[in-house]
Amino acid sequence: MSEHTESGVHVASLKLLVGVMIALMIGTWLTVSVTHFDFGVLNIWIGLGIATVKAILVGLYFMHLRWDKPFNAFVFISAFAFLALFIGFALMDSAHYQDVIIPGWPLS
Amino acid sequence: MAAQHHDDDHDPNLAHHFESTEQQRQSAKLGMWLFLATEILFFGGLFVAYTVYRGNHPEVFVFGAHFLDTALGALNTVVLIFSSFTIAWAVRAAQLKQIKLLKWLIIATMLCAFAFLGVKYVEYSAKWKHGLLWAGAYDPHVEHEEAFETIEVEGELHTPEADVEIIEIEEIQPVAEGEIVEPVVAEVEIDPAPVVADPDSSTIAPAARGPEGLAGPVEEADHDLVPVEPLNARVFFSIYFMMTGLHGIHVLGGIAAMLWLLKCLRRGDFDGGHFTKVDMVALYWHVVDIIWIYLFLLLYLID
Repeated sequence: MSEHTESGVHVASLKLLVGVMIALMIGTWLTVSVTHFDFGVLNIWIGLGIATVKAILVGLYFMHLRWDKPFNAFVFISAFAFLALFIGFALMDSAHYQDVIIPGWPLS
Repeated sequence: MAAQHHDDDHDPNLAHHFESTEQQRQSAKLGMWLFLATEILFFGGLFVAYTVYRGNHPEVFVFGAHFLDTALGALNTVVLIFSSFTIAWAVRAAQLKQIKLLKWLIIATMLCAFAFLGVKYVEYSAKWKHGLLWAGAYDPHVEHEEAFETIEVEGELHTPEADVEIIEIEEIQPVAEGEIVEPVVAEVEIDPAPVVADPDSSTIAPAARGPEGLAGPVEEADHDLVPVEPLNARVFFSIYFMMTGLHGIHVLGGIAAMLWLLKCLRRGDFDGGHFTKVDMVALYWHVVDIIWIYLFLLLYLID
């Protein structure tokens, strides 16, 4: 089923690439259509969840991470991990003084 | 003499400091992944600004997202996903030495990149026209006389406070519609009507107005109503232009990289099955795609 180049590198089958593209298109449709429903605070997390699944599909199949050396995936994922730390700490920090700036914070 | 001989049967695609083509390929790949990691962090600063500002001032984003056209954003998402597919296919073609197919796939990807920028141009120029720009350049206004007529009709309503707010709505609303469809005038009269007809029943959440006022929970706002412009709405457009602008520059970079690939292809670089260059450009292009997937969600799909 899986093809390889002469030097033994994995070649993604066209069927798989088309399948991933269709999955990404469905994901896009899904992201747009869930915004018509009101899940309250969950909306953003549902949206981010779908977007992340799409990003993982792109990474695993379009970017060949699935067949690549794991270290490459490690490098890439670590960037996201550090970004999460960055965002997390920035939010924690700003949450500490928002009640001073805006009376009544946090909302509701 | 020995060195001369060595040069003769040396693979021209293999640099001297590498043992083998495979080692060279893996090094290039690792370097590329490191670069892509820095790209994520590069955009990361903007994502932090976005998250902190949206976390603290959600009403600014709910308001601002009204002026972004979801249909155009979705169209661009589809275009980019398709171009990701074509460039992934291009890597496969390069690996299998399908040079002619490779050429057309690179061209198809480039056309998608241009289509993306074309749609972006339509979006940007609509915002430019209506003054929905970054920071100091933010100066929302309408150009259609009809829109001003509506303001007069609806401006009859009560209290100075209400008057001011309604005019703000009217000034903004036609702009949002104008981005989506050409005939603005017909939309203008229908849409704002429920907001204005009975100001007492307005369920617009109070926007944050600094020390004296407080933003209501965003979830409670009625989705059919146009929110009153909150303080510092310009920040949304600053963030919007920074994020999509930086992304757009990356799309331009992608086009340049693909032109370079076509040049390499003409030169016959890929004839021997050396697909590393195509692979690297494809990886870069996929990251541009991944970032857009998040931008589309975070900027267009609020509310």
